[in-house]
Amino acid sequence: MSSAGHPRSDPASRLPLQSSALPDRAARPEPGQRSRHWPVVSISIIVVFVLVALLAPLLSPADPYEQSLRLRFRPPVWDERGSWANPLGTDRLGRDMLSRILWGSRVSLAAGVVTVLIASAFGAAIGLVAGYYGGRVDATLMRVTDATLAFPVILLALILAVTVGPSFTNVVIAIAVILWARYARVIRGQVLTLMQLDFIAQARIAGAGAWRVITRHLLPNTLNTLVVLVTLQIGYVIIVEASLSFLGAGIPPPTPAWGSMIAEGRDVITIAWWVSFFPGLVILLVVLAFNLLGDWLRDTLDPRLRQL
Amino acid sequence: MSAVIDVRDLRTHIVTRWGTIKAVDGVSFALGEGETLGLVGESGSGKSMTCLSVVRLVPRPAARVVGGEVLLDGEDLMRKSDAEMQQIRGRKVAMILQDPMSSLNPVFSVGMQLREPLTMYHGLRGSAAAARAVELLAAVRIPSPAARLRAFPHQLSGGMRQRVVGAMAIAGPPRLLIADEPTTSLDLTIQAQYLGLLKELQQRHRFAMIFVTHNLGIVARTCDRVAVMYAGRIVETGPVRRLFTEPAHPYTRALLESIPRFGVRRARLTAIAGQPPDLATLGTGCAFAPRCPAAFDRCVEAPPETDVAPGHAARCWLHGA
Amino acid sequence: MLRFVFFRLLQSLIALAILSVVVFVLARATGDPLHMILPMNASEEDYANARRYLGLDRPYVTQYLSFVGRAVTGDFGNSIRARRPVSELLRERLPNSLKLAAFAMSVSLAIAFPLGVMAAVKKGTRIDRAAQLVAVLGQSLPTFWVAIVLVEFVAGRLQWLPAGGAEGFASYVLPGFTLGWFVVAGMMRLLRSGMLEVLDSEYVKLARLKGVAERKVVWVHALKNALIPVVTFAGIYFAILVTTAIVVETVFAWPGLGRLAYDGITSRDFPVIQAVVLSTAVIVAAVNLCVDCLYAVIDPRIRYSR
Repeated sequence: MSSAGHPRSDPASRLPLQSSALPDRAARPEPGQRSRHWPVVSISIIVVFVLVALLAPLLSPADPYEQSLRLRFRPPVWDERGSWANPLGTDRLGRDMLSRILWGSRVSLAAGVVTVLIASAFGAAIGLVAGYYGGRVDATLMRVTDATLAFPVILLALILAVTVGPSFTNVVIAIAVILWARYARVIRGQVLTLMQLDFIAQARIAGAGAWRVITRHLLPNTLNTLVVLVTLQIGYVIIVEASLSFLGAGIPPPTPAWGSMIAEGRDVITIAWWVSFFPGLVILLVVLAFNLLGDWLRDTLDPRLRQL
Repeated sequence: MSAVIDVRDLRTHIVTRWGTIKAVDGVSFALGEGETLGLVGESGSGKSMTCLSVVRLVPRPAARVVGGEVLLDGEDLMRKSDAEMQQIRGRKVAMILQDPMSSLNPVFSVGMQLREPLTMYHGLRGSAAAARAVELLAAVRIPSPAARLRAFPHQLSGGMRQRVVGAMAIAGPPRLLIADEPTTSLDLTIQAQYLGLLKELQQRHRFAMIFVTHNLGIVARTCDRVAVMYAGRIVETGPVRRLFTEPAHPYTRALLESIPRFGVRRARLTAIAGQPPDLATLGTGCAFAPRCPAAFDRCVEAPPETDVAPGHAARCWLHGA
Repeated sequence: MLRFVFFRLLQSLIALAILSVVVFVLARATGDPLHMILPMNASEEDYANARRYLGLDRPYVTQYLSFVGRAVTGDFGNSIRARRPVSELLRERLPNSLKLAAFAMSVSLAIAFPLGVMAAVKKGTRIDRAAQLVAVLGQSLPTFWVAIVLVEFVAGRLQWLPAGGAEGFASYVLPGFTLGWFVVAGMMRLLRSGMLEVLDSEYVKLARLKGVAERKVVWVHALKNALIPVVTFAGIYFAILVTTAIVVETVFAWPGLGRLAYDGITSRDFPVIQAVVLSTAVIVAAVNLCVDCLYAVIDPRIRYSR
């Protein structure tokens, strides 16, 4: 919609117009131009998250499964009844909150990464094929994609969870089965644009077959989009997994999972607010970090994806 | 004859991360009724920014008009309030943009976009507005104008869209029409038609016209006077005939020489050596000096505008005092 | 235009048909409901009788066909657990969910629209930064956590608003707010980026040059174009709304479809599960259809290009 296609070094064409009055307000450079500096905070949070997930057994002060009726509902360390043995307090069964949170990161990270990898691989493949072949293939695939997109994730996840029983695998499958549609749609859109470009036509004239064109020419050009999508989706998946665990359809207890921890603390929130609070806070921080990183990546790699 | 538009020492600066760009650096010209000024120059020379500065629609907050006067029928536009300027834009000073494919709002019909200025400028509504809109479309020679009112931009060709834009522009009718490369995006065969149309409209409504282009051929055909811009300054200005036959400024000469001519055989086309200047790092001397074949030591100082002949001036020490 | 609507309708029906098969299979796959309703010491014969009574002993295809046949007429059979016609349960619960969803959507749109547009118009200022903060937070906060915290503090400690049930307007506020939070974030972002792109366009430039007042430029000339990506995503956001509704309804004890689904799934109530999933799908499909039609209304290029 902006003046595309006309290479102009003329500054007049690049900046949005607004009426200018003459009063002597100092001109300043266009604000909000993307800063080039790295999103340090986001990346650090994510790095910490990954490290914690990998090294949880080493980092936890206590065994997350160990129960102690004597230590039930101990408040965090800064409360007068708290102690450094349980810096973030204990839960209903006297288990150390800090350790459970640290261990819970394993579930979240694993769920996030695995689900997104599966969904993106499958979704991208569908998108590439649909965009490349066009016509009937495209139309059919897109109908399926749209139907899938419109299906509420949690409903399916609940059904699966109750069907075969709640487990990590089921959570991954349930989410991935719906998530791929998002990738398919976006990648297909990209491919459609790419197909208009000359280098694709040249490749085909040179005799390249479908496989070659897709893998050597189309796929590399969609990697930027994929990276952005993947980053943004990991956060989303973590939240969905937590929601499922919260409803009892996710990772079954006693495995520490942030969602189920929040659920456990729900009834006692008046007397032991920390049981629900800290897991939620951690979810917020991690998802926020992924979203911010994804935004930055998108602005850096491909601003046209602003709609995501 | 008093001037319709009299621009005096217009200056517009743009603040960027790399420094302050003097996009328009002391531009002056004047036009009377029915006169056409051709504003010529490379990309980045300041042509478009000059036009936007005249109507005070520069991209804020980075750009700002920092000085000068713009007298429209004697009134200084620089002293007007925002509200007053809004009344003047479109009604007294109209502008046509380069790319017809993106100038019209894709979600509104042609009729709506045409009726809007009629309502704003003349208070016309309903069937009166529609009738006048049909007249305007007929004036720009669009076939079946009444039916076209209901059409949407994507249903029209580029040439037709540009005519619609033209119709909107004469809705005032304006005192000054600024055409920013209006034919650059049109097919060659349609270009001539459109230019003819603009001239005809000008004769009928007697507005002054600023025609921005980088195409000297169009300048020769449609303009009375020419101003050649380089790096934000007008380096030469004069009657069109004189500029073509006796260009005073080396840049103008180079531009004319770079046009391939029928019948003259040459092994290579002449190009102007070097690159357009980086506006953020301009020095104090003549901006063209680095690329000028006739540069000498005086050129480290910026030359003032000097008259070469009546009505013909250039910024060059070759003619200077 | 009619052709457009017709084809979209056809596609929706096909999608629903496929979905009904999937639902049917999945519902059957949730396990044998008889284990839950028959007492522990029921004999083989009791199981066989129960099976015959509920029609579960017929071949699957027959079951499917009768299911579809009756579903079309609104008869979803009886809830195995509640011993009442499912359609009755639906009739009770569905309006509640719809009301909550409508409330959440309207509030979200009412917030997202002005915020998104203002953020774009005043890009780089504090308003813009605040709006972006709201957006990214909205997409990072786990809904149910917010819900619990709200129930505890606003309803519990401060007693400003009720914690559950569906009595009176006040009870809509907390669940509606929790439900719409995510949508506000997403919509706002879409609007903002859409507006930014449109405000940069040549036709907006021309509108200003024509002398159109800035307010009209933003809210009429620019906004209508910026709505296009928003409408495109509206259908998806509605689906997300439905998803989130299950969690919200559970936390806030809202007597709606979400809770019905949850209860139905945990007690392996086939008819209920089938009915809920199908009605959800129908609603989502209907919304998507409306959204597509809305899209065609806004963007004439779609309307006249077939």
